[in-house]
Amino acid sequence: MTIDMAQFHQVFFEESFEGLDAMESGLLNLDMGDFDAEAINTIFRATHSIKGGSGTFGFTEVAEFTHVMEALLDEMRDGRRQVTQGAVEILLGSVDCLREMLTAIQSSQEIDSARVAEHKQALDRELDSGGVAGSVLANEPAFQRPGDASAVADTVVQGWRIAFSPHVHLLKTGNDPVRMFRELAELGELTVKVDFQGVPDFQQLDPEECHLSWDLQITGDISREQIDDVFDWVEEDCDLAVQQLTAQPGVEEKSEDTGQDRSEPAVQKLQAAEVASPPNNEEPASRRREQKPAAKKAPAKPAGSSSIRVDTEKIDNLINMVGELVITQSMLSLVGEQFSINRMDQLKSGLAQLERHTRELQESVMNIRMLPINFVFTRFPRLVHDLSAKMGKKIILEMTGEQTEVDKTVIELISDPLVHLVRNSLDHGIEMPEQRLAAGKPETGRITLNAYHRGGNIVIEVCDDGRGLDKEKLLAKAIEKGLVEDNIPMTDQQVFELIFMPGFSTAEQLSDISGRGVGMDVVRKNIQTLGGNIEIQSEQGRGSVFAIHLPLTLAILDGQSIAVGDETYIVPLVSIIESINVSEDMVNRVAGKGETFRLREEYLPIIRMHEIFGVENVRAKKLCEGLVVVVEGQGVRCGLFIDDLLSQQQVVIKSLEANFRRVEGVSGATILGDGSVALILDIPGLVRLSNQQAAKAQQSYAETA
Amino acid sequence: MRSQAGNDAQFLAFVLGSEEYAVDILRVQEIRSWEPVSRIPNVNPYEKGVVNLRGAIVPIIDLRERFNLGHSEYTPVTVVVLHTRDDNGRQRVMGVVVDAVSDVVDVDTAAVQMTPDFGARVSTEYINGIVSVGERMVMLLDVDKLLKLDGGDDDQAH
Repeated sequence: MTIDMAQFHQVFFEESFEGLDAMESGLLNLDMGDFDAEAINTIFRATHSIKGGSGTFGFTEVAEFTHVMEALLDEMRDGRRQVTQGAVEILLGSVDCLREMLTAIQSSQEIDSARVAEHKQALDRELDSGGVAGSVLANEPAFQRPGDASAVADTVVQGWRIAFSPHVHLLKTGNDPVRMFRELAELGELTVKVDFQGVPDFQQLDPEECHLSWDLQITGDISREQIDDVFDWVEEDCDLAVQQLTAQPGVEEKSEDTGQDRSEPAVQKLQAAEVASPPNNEEPASRRREQKPAAKKAPAKPAGSSSIRVDTEKIDNLINMVGELVITQSMLSLVGEQFSINRMDQLKSGLAQLERHTRELQESVMNIRMLPINFVFTRFPRLVHDLSAKMGKKIILEMTGEQTEVDKTVIELISDPLVHLVRNSLDHGIEMPEQRLAAGKPETGRITLNAYHRGGNIVIEVCDDGRGLDKEKLLAKAIEKGLVEDNIPMTDQQVFELIFMPGFSTAEQLSDISGRGVGMDVVRKNIQTLGGNIEIQSEQGRGSVFAIHLPLTLAILDGQSIAVGDETYIVPLVSIIESINVSEDMVNRVAGKGETFRLREEYLPIIRMHEIFGVENVRAKKLCEGLVVVVEGQGVRCGLFIDDLLSQQQVVIKSLEANFRRVEGVSGATILGDGSVALILDIPGLVRLSNQQAAKAQQSYAETA
Repeated sequence: MRSQAGNDAQFLAFVLGSEEYAVDILRVQEIRSWEPVSRIPNVNPYEKGVVNLRGAIVPIIDLRERFNLGHSEYTPVTVVVLHTRDDNGRQRVMGVVVDAVSDVVDVDTAAVQMTPDFGARVSTEYINGIVSVGERMVMLLDVDKLLKLDGGDDDQAH
């Protein structure tokens, strides 16, 4: 039975990285002081799964490494060791190291063994130091666990007696006792006694069930772990008791090394005098049983394609919807086959159903791509932990709305800007503890990440209660760098916006955390490419809030269709502020050419759509005949002069560049209900286009004059 | 050029005014009748606009206007030949308006003649060669060059 183990590698890596994330967040929670056994258990389980998996796949370095981690965690779990800051730091470092190892294996690269050894030594030292509680127990023989240190694990034993009674379904899990015996036989001299008392009559015998049990004796210099490794995959499917064959029989070697409850059932099974190890905390089987304990070294696959995990509920939903759609379709085709005018009602209701189902289907499909924002948020506790320790600041990170769902693409693209913002808040926002105390604030700073839906948008806020933005300083810096003119009155918002200018940094000292002056402009650009924007609220001495507004998805937008001549265009609804009728007397001309009108306190330029797009057959030539739609894009406001507003609808964005090229003033295209194509307007592009044309007109005017 | 290959290839021949052109049939995705397009603002006049081809946005260019053969009214026999072009591994589709499709011709690639040199008077850069089909002279078009989008000089075209 040969199985290509490589096919499971991708799953193993995915699960391991998930496990690492779980360990990391678990460790960080420990760090915050809320010690509870379940938290340590979670970390332990993740470690154990990785150990088991890597052993199976022959990644021995990983298995050995995790084994040491596991030993340390096991002591913490049993309360034999106190959870100290130092130990947590070492474990966190080990998680990083493990992640690097797995990444290296995944991309078929060499593992940096020096680094691994370094971390392993740190772990070993920590283990040897014994912890506070451990030192008390150090002279107890029970403390001698094989996993404690390699020296202990190699205790010379003469052999082992193993009582192995598989459960009836063992064979169905794909495990083969013969194979395991063969593995044992490789370790030393093996004598096998089979007990077939449990075998039923031949007529009742199901050949797929296992009714045999075995009494194995193996002699030789074998460590307990080697035995455990053989039974690693079946421990949940059998009753197993391992007894040491030593000079003093009856002293049962404790099987705490991996902390499974494998010896617990053995107590009932073997009523021998031996003392089984105390049952440890439960260890749910979190790994895949179908994998055979055949561990052959196989070359690791290079990093796999991107995949997402989808809630089965979402898929079930989708399947339901498709079923409904099929029913509607067959109903419609039935109507179509024998159509007469009196079945019109049926047809209409069928079509209405079809429409509803298609829309629901569309929503469900979009839903599949939606992931909770937690995918981005999970990395922040670690980031804050590391950086605050490095800078000597005390910071609590709070996160709310982690379950808010966003499109996968948005998640991927938003994580870098968010990291940048959080780093900024850490570095520039939150003050040093003594400064905070001096300012009458609690010593510990607070950074809050908050995500929520608002309208068709998701809003992600990064708040801190630090020193806030210093308007004076920002302004002075901007003037110094020649980014703004002196003596120009600016609103608070405009001043804050300055930090998004390229090459702007007010940090007096450059740190390796932030402050190089690249970044905030990139942050804003990244957010804008996602179709979002970023707002700043800040009060000096009280803190700042950076709010990112993003569309939920990049594939669909709410649009307002507008008519210009015979043509239809789509304006993104988010960019429309209002639509008004403008009469000639509201309009002023600047330098005889540029038209502006006054909207409340603001003068807005008017862009005549039919002029800049060269549309013929325009109905509205005079301003009073059409409508002006006030739009905003990237901070620029203007009025678009159009013939008429049509309907509001959700449009699916199609790329114009896929088969054509970029066109200024147009961000994409969509297909309307009648099958025709409508272009989606890009407001900032339109403003640029209008300015270019005005400049060109000016030029040609100057030439003719 | 292709003269030494000596293989048979099939070309789709079509008519533009009084001239006959042909393109490699393997580059033709489908032939559709003319349907109204959505105009794209501020592009070359021969780029007529875009249509919805089963959910994809496909641009349509008018070959007559592209070759300065004057504009003709679109009639029911006016057809759009959809060509594919491989652009760095991505398939791009573009529609070309022609007066009518005539037939599929088998061409012995050895019989393809070089385009005569007209000097600067006639631009032959899109023509790969000339071939005789019966009494007719057919010009073989280079689809890649033809469909290459010259985005550089399009902004003055309005």
